[in-house]
Amino acid sequence: MLTDLTLVQARDGLRRKDFSAAELTGAHLDAVEALNPQLNAYITVMGDTARQGAADADAALASGDTRPLLGLPLAIKDLFCTAGTRTTAGSRILSPFVPPYESTVTANLLRDGAVFLGKANLDEFAMGSSNMTSAYGPVQNPWTRADGAKLVPGGSSGGSVAAVAARMALGATATDTGGSIRQPAAFCGIVGVKPTYGRCSRWGVVAFASSLDQAGPVARTVEDCAVLLGSMAGFDPKDSTSADRAVPDFAAACRRGVRGLRIGVPREYRADGMPPEVDALWRQGLDWLRAEGAEIVDVSLPHTKYGLATYYIVAPAEASSNLARYDGVRYGIRVDGVDLTDLYERTRAEGFGKEVQRRIMIGTYVLSSGYYDAYYLRAQKVRALILRDFTEAFAKVDTLLTPTCPSAAFAQGENMDDPVKMYLNDVFTVPASMAGVPGLSVPAGLDGQGLPLGLQVIGRPFDEETMFAVGAALERAARFSALPAIRAGAHA
Amino acid sequence: MSLDPATVRRVAKLARIRVDEAALGQLAQELGGILGWIEQLNEVDVDGIEPLAGAAQMALRLRADEVTDGGIAEQVLGNAPDRAGPFYAVPKVVE
Repeated sequence: MLTDLTLVQARDGLRRKDFSAAELTGAHLDAVEALNPQLNAYITVMGDTARQGAADADAALASGDTRPLLGLPLAIKDLFCTAGTRTTAGSRILSPFVPPYESTVTANLLRDGAVFLGKANLDEFAMGSSNMTSAYGPVQNPWTRADGAKLVPGGSSGGSVAAVAARMALGATATDTGGSIRQPAAFCGIVGVKPTYGRCSRWGVVAFASSLDQAGPVARTVEDCAVLLGSMAGFDPKDSTSADRAVPDFAAACRRGVRGLRIGVPREYRADGMPPEVDALWRQGLDWLRAEGAEIVDVSLPHTKYGLATYYIVAPAEASSNLARYDGVRYGIRVDGVDLTDLYERTRAEGFGKEVQRRIMIGTYVLSSGYYDAYYLRAQKVRALILRDFTEAFAKVDTLLTPTCPSAAFAQGENMDDPVKMYLNDVFTVPASMAGVPGLSVPAGLDGQGLPLGLQVIGRPFDEETMFAVGAALERAARFSALPAIRAGAHA
Repeated sequence: MSLDPATVRRVAKLARIRVDEAALGQLAQELGGILGWIEQLNEVDVDGIEPLAGAAQMALRLRADEVTDGGIAEQVLGNAPDRAGPFYAVPKVVE
């Protein structure tokens, strides 16, 4: 089936004229039509745009055009502004918002010939680890558990990963603020890459926490992610934190191997209460890399345990500032009030969901007069210590290897009673976000219930190439071939 | 750590989010739980550490102070919930 191809296989098939871009996009739109009512991975399906894009791609292919993503159908997280197509950020407050401009990352993908199938569901304003906070309903994980409970796909990029895992897209864009690419990729058994902060432009991506937000790809292979990141990345003068650096050949790096590399094992990640199967998979991953010629080195990241608490000061603080723009005046929904202040307060009470309101209020509190030094300034200092931990570790090793998450996917409704319990999902992904270093999650095995588990490779700043080399080596060794029960072709 | 409802009311006011009186107690408990958990940072020795504002590890670039865009009022106003001619419209602010 065309929907079973990897992105690279589909690219090569198009160039060989084994099938047309129209057929490839048509097969994916059929999958979306069949599965989206159940999985809710897409908020908006862009059928006409996609078919037109595919027709244009076929014409270009016929004339020998070899742009890297020509005719390849992708899902776009509904946090990236797409000109003329509604962009909601998973929030009710942006439900009528149609951007007049295109984000830099999606513009780069279009420049390289990609076809957009639609806008993928997400936690509201990317705040969540379960996709349960979307105003457009939860996304169902295409993987299932013996007890029949509907599982979450992780978050916040839950729609992106569910679409790719269920073969409703060849790949997708996602964003990561504290783990929102890597955790859902692990939960849905696919690959997710958070590049170095500054590698992909944030321009036109709805802002959550600007010092942490970073776009990246999700796909079913490491090489597919490498190809996608090659198109998404690049210097953008419109983002003041965009890195003015050349984009390396990430796909070539996937073939480097790991001989002679030093792989760090941060001892602080061996958390109490880690499920034995997660720990066993981690050891297995180290054995695979050792067998391929890498050297395993124990390292220490002493401030790891403070990463989450630091994150839950810094990210809400930035969010409270960024989300001040939603005032019911310039765009988004408006709820009328007796005066302007009442209009603001009613608009924001009805427009934002509970989790977003909680985070705005936490952020407002930690930035407020009298508390700023005790919370925000202290968190920024701990953040400096977290970065120092990574800098010192990377003086000794080339990459780090850790589990991506403390568990496999949980059921919809689980972990909902206590916000802090939900936050703990990101314990292994948040430190790299705080330090701005790149991270990759690769599916490496199944837990006792048959659900995928991921391993995380963390790289040096702007050395995604070595991270891709290690990720690809793990992928080759793991030979992860399990498939989700709900996917195109399998669903009667 | 516990937050009292009056503090939550003040924070909600600062954040411009309307909160019903009946919801203040529950919200105070949730926010207090999160802030209590965050207080573990007090055990970290941060003496002499410079705060880190961002992960970019570089100075922000400056660009020339010049107009780079404009003349797109209709696009800018295109998403406004209410407008009056080339202006955003809001309830009367000044009597």
